[in-house]
Amino acid sequence: MTSPSTAAALPVTGTPVLEARSLVKHFRVHRRGRRTQRGAVVHAVDDVSLAVPEASITAVVGESGCGKSTLTQMLARLIRPTSGELLLDGSPAARRDAREYAGQVQMVLQDPFASLNLVHTVRYHLARPLRIHGLGPGGHSLDDEITSLLERVALSPQTADKYPHELSGGQRQRVAIARALAVRPRVLLADEPVSMLDVSIRLGVLNLLADLRERERLTLVYVTHDIASARYLGDTIAVMYAGQIIEQGPAATVTDQPSHPYTQLLLAAAPDPDRPSPPALRGRGAPPSLVNPPAGCRFHPRCPFAMAICAQQAPPSIEVASGHASACWLHAKDADPAMSQNPGPGPGPIPPTTASRPDSHPPQGEGT
Amino acid sequence: MTLLHVGTLDQPAEAGRPRPGEPLLEVTGLCVDYGIGADAVHAVLDADLVLHRGEVLGLAGESGSGKSTFAYAATRLLRAPGVITGGSVLFHLGEGREIDLLAADEAQLRRLRWAHVAVVLQSAMHALNPVMSIGDQLGDVLRAHRPDMDRAARRDRAVQLLDMVGITADRLRSYPHELSGGMRQRVMIAMALALEPQMVIMDEPTTALDVVTQREILEELAALRDRLGFAVLFITHDLSLLIEIADSIAIMYGGRIAERAPATALFRAPRHPYTLGLLGSFPSLHGPRVHMTGIPGSPPDLRSPPAGCPFHPRCGYVMERCRTELPPLRPVGRADTQDPRVAACWLQDGSAPPPAELARPEPEPSPDPDPDPGPVPADTPADTEGGAA
Repeated sequence: MTSPSTAAALPVTGTPVLEARSLVKHFRVHRRGRRTQRGAVVHAVDDVSLAVPEASITAVVGESGCGKSTLTQMLARLIRPTSGELLLDGSPAARRDAREYAGQVQMVLQDPFASLNLVHTVRYHLARPLRIHGLGPGGHSLDDEITSLLERVALSPQTADKYPHELSGGQRQRVAIARALAVRPRVLLADEPVSMLDVSIRLGVLNLLADLRERERLTLVYVTHDIASARYLGDTIAVMYAGQIIEQGPAATVTDQPSHPYTQLLLAAAPDPDRPSPPALRGRGAPPSLVNPPAGCRFHPRCPFAMAICAQQAPPSIEVASGHASACWLHAKDADPAMSQNPGPGPGPIPPTTASRPDSHPPQGEGT
Repeated sequence: MTLLHVGTLDQPAEAGRPRPGEPLLEVTGLCVDYGIGADAVHAVLDADLVLHRGEVLGLAGESGSGKSTFAYAATRLLRAPGVITGGSVLFHLGEGREIDLLAADEAQLRRLRWAHVAVVLQSAMHALNPVMSIGDQLGDVLRAHRPDMDRAARRDRAVQLLDMVGITADRLRSYPHELSGGMRQRVMIAMALALEPQMVIMDEPTTALDVVTQREILEELAALRDRLGFAVLFITHDLSLLIEIADSIAIMYGGRIAERAPATALFRAPRHPYTLGLLGSFPSLHGPRVHMTGIPGSPPDLRSPPAGCPFHPRCGYVMERCRTELPPLRPVGRADTQDPRVAACWLQDGSAPPPAELARPEPEPSPDPDPDPGPVPADTPADTEGGAA
């Protein structure tokens, strides 16, 4: 099989602010062990397409090692994709000046204890991007600019003269967000922005992000391992597994009617106090090695519904409902286990009207 | 209180294994400081807690709430600059034998640890010795506590222990770095259970793991608990997880226990505003997407704790009294049960009806076929040697 279309992708309508087209990132393995051949690569991200519309919140969900942070770093142009295209407002991002791109797309990192410089005040952190991007005080003073930035993230103006160690985790993350907002970006990439924070203050930061979208039409990519918070914050959810997006669609639909067995597994494993009885996990085990990812669907070795075709051919992106795509053979219209036919790589999406929409649980067929 | 003779700790605990439901660890008025003198930070203040046999007791709270400090102090694992400044901790060995852990000397503690109380830590990578194989580390425990076992017996036991947590025997020669995060944590659990302790402290054992692995390990833990009947003190910040796995839950805030109740009662009918706030901090996986607010403000600075109730600066129901007077931990709700639920809140002192959110009716105590905190099936293999108990 040569470079099949695997990732769940949705047809793009209009011009998204940020669009990834078949992004691939392979990292070369430098170790020369006995078992590692030379030239081995880690397939960190394979063929990921994602369209982020203006003023939307896209949640990227996945476990550690699924490539979600690599994807974010490519979206921020911190690392260069091996192949694929990144578009900002429909034009290739690679052609833009790096600083100009950073003025449009900013990032908030996971650990506010590490992302702020502990020998500098908050003022320094907020003034620096303004200076670098030549956004110095126009009609008003730098102090006014900093005060307004702090107000936008619900911090008091006095915070400007504090050092990071004087702030709580939630306040630090707000400073990190304010710093990202300083250059007036249109897209904010937030990589696990609340996972280091105490539970009682996480919602405050998530609500701040939601407010920024609401008030300032900021576009957000929210990367997380917590599918419940993705459901809370996101308009759409993209679920990643082993370097690929395996399902994407409206947040509530993906969590209420998951169509990919991996999404179902993720939801079954997530803590849920409302659950009447312990969940049944279908698809135990761990994600595969990305040095030699499994052929066909990368989830097939764990999948409770695996069929013959799943081991041979990567599933195409199938639109199971309007705006809801899943990379799973179970949803192929003519999915029969014999699978004598040989569809070319990536057949077009099945129109919603003919797409067979199973219930939240695909056909039973316990472990073949 | 009978201070135990050192020798009796070595007697196998299986003889006349006590029934579940009896108190195992009784902590009363425990106070822990970090540092000495005027600058000391009071990390745990006047904490009372009872862990029953076979029970999974969840200890939830935010970072700095004192939950880990509490557990380490109660088992005398606390290191300097932590100082236990008051209280008592009784560990019941069964048959009326008990040991005052705060008075126990090093020799007694050495016999008690691992044999009766084991610990599983959050970071298995750091808790395991990176230059010793898994098999050697398991053998080490047995050699220290079971001097009568020979090398072959230790190896057999190590294989048996790994098998118990779903790891094959060929992993005995592996080093920690060769195992995945989930497997390392399984090894930690196997080591903790090596001597069949009556109590296992789990300090955020699954926080660093992915959700699927976390769920698998929790399932295994539940099965092992049913089989071996040990009690678990499960420390975590993830209340939504705790509600699923714990029999009862204690919530800590600012070094004090804010509320303790059976898990379902705590979830359905919280009595402390902090518990209510915490429950409202976890977005749901079902239903309409509603705006949630979390808890305003941030956790208290223990160097300068607020006067009165430690939660009052963040509390939406704050009254004048809360700012000056510390609410005691007092029984709320049903008084007929053996272990009534408690909460430390002035709203629950009976002088006025509490707000509706904090007065929801309690769920029936036994809605499911698994009502007993600490179910131990009658045909437990580990119990058979106890004879007709």
